[in-house]
Amino acid sequence: MANSNDAKLRYTKDHEWIRVEGADAVVGITDFAQSQLGDVVFVEVPAAGKALKAGGEAAVVESVKAASEVYAPVSGTVVEGNAALPDHPETVNSDPTGAGWFFKLRLSNPSELDGLMDKAAYEKFVAELSA
Amino acid sequence: MDQSQDHLKSTPLESLHLARGAKMVGFAGYSMPVQYPLGVLKEHLHTRAAAGLFDVSHMGQAELVGDDVDKAMETLVPGDIADLKPGQIRYTVLTTPEGGIIDDLMISRPAESGREKSLVLVVNAACKERDFAHIGAQLAGRATLTRHDDAALIALQGPKAADVLARLVPAAAAMDFMTTRTDVLANAPVRLFRSGYTGEDGYEISVPNAEAVRIAEILLNQPEVQPIGLGARDSLRLEAGLCLYGSDIDTTTTPIEASLAWTISKRRRTEGGFPGAGKILHQLANGAPRKRVGIRPLGRAPARGHTEIQDGNGRRIGEITSGGFGPSVEGPVAMGYVETAFSKVGTPLTLIVRGQAQAAQVESLPFTPHHYFKTTRN
Repeated sequence: MANSNDAKLRYTKDHEWIRVEGADAVVGITDFAQSQLGDVVFVEVPAAGKALKAGGEAAVVESVKAASEVYAPVSGTVVEGNAALPDHPETVNSDPTGAGWFFKLRLSNPSELDGLMDKAAYEKFVAELSA
Repeated sequence: MDQSQDHLKSTPLESLHLARGAKMVGFAGYSMPVQYPLGVLKEHLHTRAAAGLFDVSHMGQAELVGDDVDKAMETLVPGDIADLKPGQIRYTVLTTPEGGIIDDLMISRPAESGREKSLVLVVNAACKERDFAHIGAQLAGRATLTRHDDAALIALQGPKAADVLARLVPAAAAMDFMTTRTDVLANAPVRLFRSGYTGEDGYEISVPNAEAVRIAEILLNQPEVQPIGLGARDSLRLEAGLCLYGSDIDTTTTPIEASLAWTISKRRRTEGGFPGAGKILHQLANGAPRKRVGIRPLGRAPARGHTEIQDGNGRRIGEITSGGFGPSVEGPVAMGYVETAFSKVGTPLTLIVRGQAQAAQVESLPFTPHHYFKTTRN
């Protein structure tokens, strides 16, 4: 479910997206990631106040088939976990870059964003994975 | 996916899977559909509500022939083979001299005249080379094993499976659960087994490789039927409390520990005469140190295979062997081994999921009721 905000997203090789909104950023998993996972049946989001390091484990997403980690794209402190997600994990499938967001992060080192992929680079990365 | 796919074998239905948009994965040396565009969750629920078609052609099919084939087979399994009536199927296990399980399998006695000295075997894909070598070697001189690599195996499972198959093979409707017969399906010679791995009514259909795609397409063209991948096959069998070889049972688990004592008849308990009978019969009489049980995590988080099980004091008492999300249960379900003192239904357990303690309890299997077909006889 691509939406018009996708152009503002930055992406990781682990298939997380991050969207900066002022001093904070919103994090979720990409449409490609949800399609690979299949039906999401369980989500665990981090609690507010939790300190995350770039590349560190931040959340858990499970499909019928398997459990996967969601990693923090950049370092920061969790401002809010998406409280609606544990009750409606299927939102990750239906709206991965919208209502299916995982957590909001107060960035501790915004320059880390420079190391992430933009939309074109991520699409190329995914195309190469699928080839 | 990766280079190892290059070495995978394909089943006769490969082209059908690809044409229907399946995601293929390596399983037991075969390229197999893990899911179709419907997705694991809906495939699972569709099978419980209507009918699902599964390619299980990777499984090993064979026929064992010998003058004394029942007695010969009984030297390798604790199941009662002599007691099998013509057309009947039995679930049993091949055991090691130490009482472990080499594989679980289905053994059928064909009902057709002229095949009184035959048994029809269906074994697990990942075990078939080892099983067939073992059976051939152990029974050399007493019975001859012929592999049926020329036949595909298609499972049709679900509450509508009988309606669907009876449309094409009228005699399928009256078959009892755990019986087999040969018949003709759209001009193809088939062996029907009324059995399966989902807990639902259904059939497994052995069909010549050359006819497999045509027969599968005919079945899939019935309005009740959807193709179902290995992902849903696993969640269906887990909810049904059925063992997956290599996860829930293996050479380190005995049939008694695995809660499969029901597969050993009174006569075989008395007479023994199968590999590992000493240990297995001793455990039957005196209890086993651990038991396979159903486990229900009380929270939402699924507990997967190899999750540690602890008692209330933090002592390790066992391990999950299969676990995940049960789409029909609408929550996490699991199976595993616990020390026998903790095997009673309702016993509280602690699961260590990602380093955190999660409450769980022993639950009776199956998680979803079996819906097997029996003709009413009064």
